[in-house]
Amino acid sequence: MDKRIVSARAVPRALLSVLILQLRFIVDKKVLMRGSHVIGEAAARAGCRFYAGYPITPQNELTEYMAESMDRLGDGTFIQAESELAAVNMIIGASMSGARAMTSSSSPGISLKQEGISFLAAQELPAVIVNTMRGGPGLGNIAPSQGDYFQATRGGGHGDYRTIVLAPASGQELADLTRTAFEYADSYRTPVLILGDGMMGQMMEPVVFPDPVDIHKLAPKPWILDGARGKRPSRIIRSLLLNPSTEEERNWKLMRKYEMISREITRAESYMTSDAHMVVVAYGTAARIAKGAVKRVREMGLKVGLLRPVTLWPFPEHNLKELSRYVKDFLVFEMSMGQMVEDVKISIEGRSDVHFYGRPGGIISTPDEVAKIINTIYHRRHLEED
Amino acid sequence: MKKTIFAGFGGQGVLVMGYVFATAVMNDGKETTYLPAYGAEMRGGTANCTVAVSDEEIFSPVASSPDYVVVMNNPSMIKYESVVKPGGIIFINSSLVSKELSRDDITVFKVPSSAIAKKLKNERISNMIMLGAFVEKTKITSLNSIMDALAENMKGKSANLIKLNRKGLDKGAEYVSQGA
Repeated sequence: MDKRIVSARAVPRALLSVLILQLRFIVDKKVLMRGSHVIGEAAARAGCRFYAGYPITPQNELTEYMAESMDRLGDGTFIQAESELAAVNMIIGASMSGARAMTSSSSPGISLKQEGISFLAAQELPAVIVNTMRGGPGLGNIAPSQGDYFQATRGGGHGDYRTIVLAPASGQELADLTRTAFEYADSYRTPVLILGDGMMGQMMEPVVFPDPVDIHKLAPKPWILDGARGKRPSRIIRSLLLNPSTEEERNWKLMRKYEMISREITRAESYMTSDAHMVVVAYGTAARIAKGAVKRVREMGLKVGLLRPVTLWPFPEHNLKELSRYVKDFLVFEMSMGQMVEDVKISIEGRSDVHFYGRPGGIISTPDEVAKIINTIYHRRHLEED
Repeated sequence: MKKTIFAGFGGQGVLVMGYVFATAVMNDGKETTYLPAYGAEMRGGTANCTVAVSDEEIFSPVASSPDYVVVMNNPSMIKYESVVKPGGIIFINSSLVSKELSRDDITVFKVPSSAIAKKLKNERISNMIMLGAFVEKTKITSLNSIMDALAENMKGKSANLIKLNRKGLDKGAEYVSQGA
């Protein structure tokens, strides 16, 4: 294409983009929106200008929203990649060149992205990855599940690394934590995973969005590959470090960063825990159901509370340690066969009893069902003490 | 806390019914969740959604025993009549549902919404007729809130189409308030 045509179009476009940005985000009242769309809108408002993905249920609505929003913003790029692997590698490229970048998928697709996530961690590249979990293993089904906790919090890919994992439990939190995810990714130069599930993705709830950021006012990234143009030394971002001592040095550097992250961002919600004899631990959709169950047993006079980890890594180990000073029983409730329960046990170090209840495969328990389990455990302890 | 399941054929507008209803109660200042059935749904297949409304935080958006059920076709009637909470209400599109209710611990309102829609010369507003009846009887929100939510949802559509949908809501409300 003729270069003059491009530049002639680019000038008014740059001017317009500021105006468009104001115009395109006028929705500032409360809106009823599907979870996947909430992530999409929140990402666009957080300054995400590069999205690549490959379709999979139950998160296609996010890809759909990004296709529309990246185009609407004028300065965004949307690519429907040929595969999940290609999509995550496109994110690596976009991140290297300085863009706030995101990819998304559901469980089987996230497995395919693991190599790329490991490379993002090694190269200290910011990126946001959304996993809308579905039933598994294998192709499983498309119903909501929490079977990917191990994969999300234990790295998933190869090598010595960690990913920040955020677990929203409501539409509003999807909006807020998507913003947070981009901020953490940039400030710690690390991939951040948003771990939702089919229900979080499909459900609509009222949401108020944070104001859009001006991408031109984001903190400069002095490490990106935007062309030295002979004016400065070239930069190289690499994952291959053949010299063991150089690789060891990188691992130490990453570890120091992960320790800093653990100190700075660990977050959990406590609900009625101050006088609790028993505490339910659950995250995401399971935490909503658990909260309903806790409210029910409270009405019957049982002293039960809820701890909901918002960051799954770093895990709120300290909160659990504090609780285990006076809480005798913990019930971990997950939509899996028991994964987070291991982190709870590690945190409590045998000071209290840790019980588990889970429904895998895409089954959503009712608050009544969980309340019954709480009741049984609670009363067994009380019988013993009478 | 009140939970409602809207169910029918894909294409009958059951998801729109739930969406407009949830938007209206949100605008009223209440807490709400809307959960659509998703998956291999298609036109002619079955579709349903669950709307929860509360003054407090809503925990589970799923309804195992809903307070209200709106059924627009026979398969939905078969699937959902047994789950309605005792003392609850079932709204039946009697133009398409031939099956009789097999329990007597719930209230039933039969609204020939497809037939009324046909009279208004647009079968597609059968859902709004049903929604009008539903709101008139449950009073969870007002017909005015529904009208506003509908207008918001139909932004960009022709004024005539909006008017027709409004008429449908009115007709449905009118039908049940006459004690039919």
